[in-house]
Amino acid sequence: MATPSIVAITAHAGGYGADARIKWTEWLPWIAAIAVYFFAPSYLPLGSYILILILFALSLDLILGYAGIITLGHTAYFGLGAYVAGILAKFGTADPLIGLVVAAVAAGVFGLITGAIILRTHGLTLLMLTLAITSICYEIANKATDWTGGADGLSGISMNALFGQFKFDMFGNTAYLYSLVLLFVGWWLIRRIIYSPFGASLAGVRENAVRMHAVGAPVYRRLVTVYGISAAIAGVAGAALTHTTQFVGLKVLGFELSGDLLVMLILGGVGRLYGAFIGPLIYLLAQDALAKQYPEYWYFWIGALLVVIVMFAPGGVLGLIDSIRARFRKS
Amino acid sequence: MSTIALQTSRLCKSFGALTVADNIEFRLEAGARHALIGPNGAGKTTFVNMLTGRIQPSSGSITLGGVDITRAAQGERVKRGLGRTFQINTLFRNLTVLDNVALGIAERVGVSAGMFRPAAAQRVVVDESRALLSSLGLADDADQQLAGLPYGKQRLVEIAIALGLKPKVLLLDEPAAGVPSLESHRIFEVLDGLPKEIAILIIEHDMDLVFRFAQRITVLAQGAVLAEGTPQQIRTDERVRQVYLGEEHG
Repeated sequence: MATPSIVAITAHAGGYGADARIKWTEWLPWIAAIAVYFFAPSYLPLGSYILILILFALSLDLILGYAGIITLGHTAYFGLGAYVAGILAKFGTADPLIGLVVAAVAAGVFGLITGAIILRTHGLTLLMLTLAITSICYEIANKATDWTGGADGLSGISMNALFGQFKFDMFGNTAYLYSLVLLFVGWWLIRRIIYSPFGASLAGVRENAVRMHAVGAPVYRRLVTVYGISAAIAGVAGAALTHTTQFVGLKVLGFELSGDLLVMLILGGVGRLYGAFIGPLIYLLAQDALAKQYPEYWYFWIGALLVVIVMFAPGGVLGLIDSIRARFRKS
Repeated sequence: MSTIALQTSRLCKSFGALTVADNIEFRLEAGARHALIGPNGAGKTTFVNMLTGRIQPSSGSITLGGVDITRAAQGERVKRGLGRTFQINTLFRNLTVLDNVALGIAERVGVSAGMFRPAAAQRVVVDESRALLSSLGLADDADQQLAGLPYGKQRLVEIAIALGLKPKVLLLDEPAAGVPSLESHRIFEVLDGLPKEIAILIIEHDMDLVFRFAQRITVLAQGAVLAEGTPQQIRTDERVRQVYLGEEHG
């Protein structure tokens, strides 16, 4: 499973010699996230969206950074989770926790089925198939207007209070903490996986599938399994977006979001776990600031940033930090 | 009476009109040291790839320890005791040397699908990997990224990965290929010290190594078995000298 050269993976967490205990630096993102809640309350709606995208980016990093599965269609599972949560809330139960579970199962099963089909292919064929799947989902959501609202989006969703106590208020207090807890659980789960023997074998498949076959590893089964897990996590992220915004637009299934997510991950650093934290943060804060300054040209600057990163820091921001630290250590 | 570890019967492989393996009859005795030689393009690597399941034969059969594995998947062959090294390094370049070896051992031990216990906590795998690396003189390199190792040591890691699978039959595809002569002696030492119970089939162009290492030699030419016998028989075989050896090793 060769990873395209634009995605430079030269270091990764996990393996048989790695210390799996959580280092103090790994608590920093959580301390920062809690600080935002107390000291920047006006940023909570944006913060909630960033946390959800980080969870989504983590799910992509699991398959791209660790298993080497290149995809432009991960929104299929994010969007499915979002729509399942929205439809369930509107036509069934509006309990957010039930919505999360149903969205995770739906996206996970869909991931296993589609993964079993597309992961028999590699390279450009695989990339095109992932694109085809999300395009098909997009078109189904566009046409099934009775259920999805079509191009107008699915509105009129009203979520129950979390545990019957915490209402999703317009200031984003509950939404932020809800997203933060979901991100923490997703991060903990993915971290466990990448430090496990299963995670090590994924890195083996990414590095050299021929050799993994030669040591007797069931490569295809491993890839389908991790694809299903990643899809389920993406589905949870999609459901969280629905729960916190109480709206689902077609954009959640769009190719554009898939591309943006890949850009975020490359910015942060693929296969580094925390690249999925830094990438969306930089991307969305830059988008927020640049869109105010240059409403029509902000995407130009995002593109310029990506070019600089890919050319001069192919390991993303985290890769750049690693190489600077290594240089300091040498000197 | 010796037992047969690996056997092929009328093994054929064609790509369209091109026949690359032509009715190959081959026997590898348990614990044997057997060499497969022949000119470039003779079909040696294709033969090994058919044995390991990387490519399927067009016809014929392969048995491993008496069990027909002709249509078995690569993983099943490995579980039945078939290990291999590659002619061109086929390693995990961005992983540590320890991980390179541990991945195979974890598959053999059956812990590689575990998702919740850290890999480093699998002491059976880690200890065995470190012991194996130590036995090959690679203990100090265990925690280094493989890509930073000299080529000769990378060839040793190739052998270490295969040994970690505890094979009954080991296929070595030019284990010293590309290694400077100053480093190759270490590889030859390792080959000499391999456990006697492992049946070894070595593909090699270095005739000095072949004649020193092998008890029997099979010569392939144009996809077919040209000759088989002891090193002395092969050395004096007129057809082999014409096709491959020349006068130097005669």
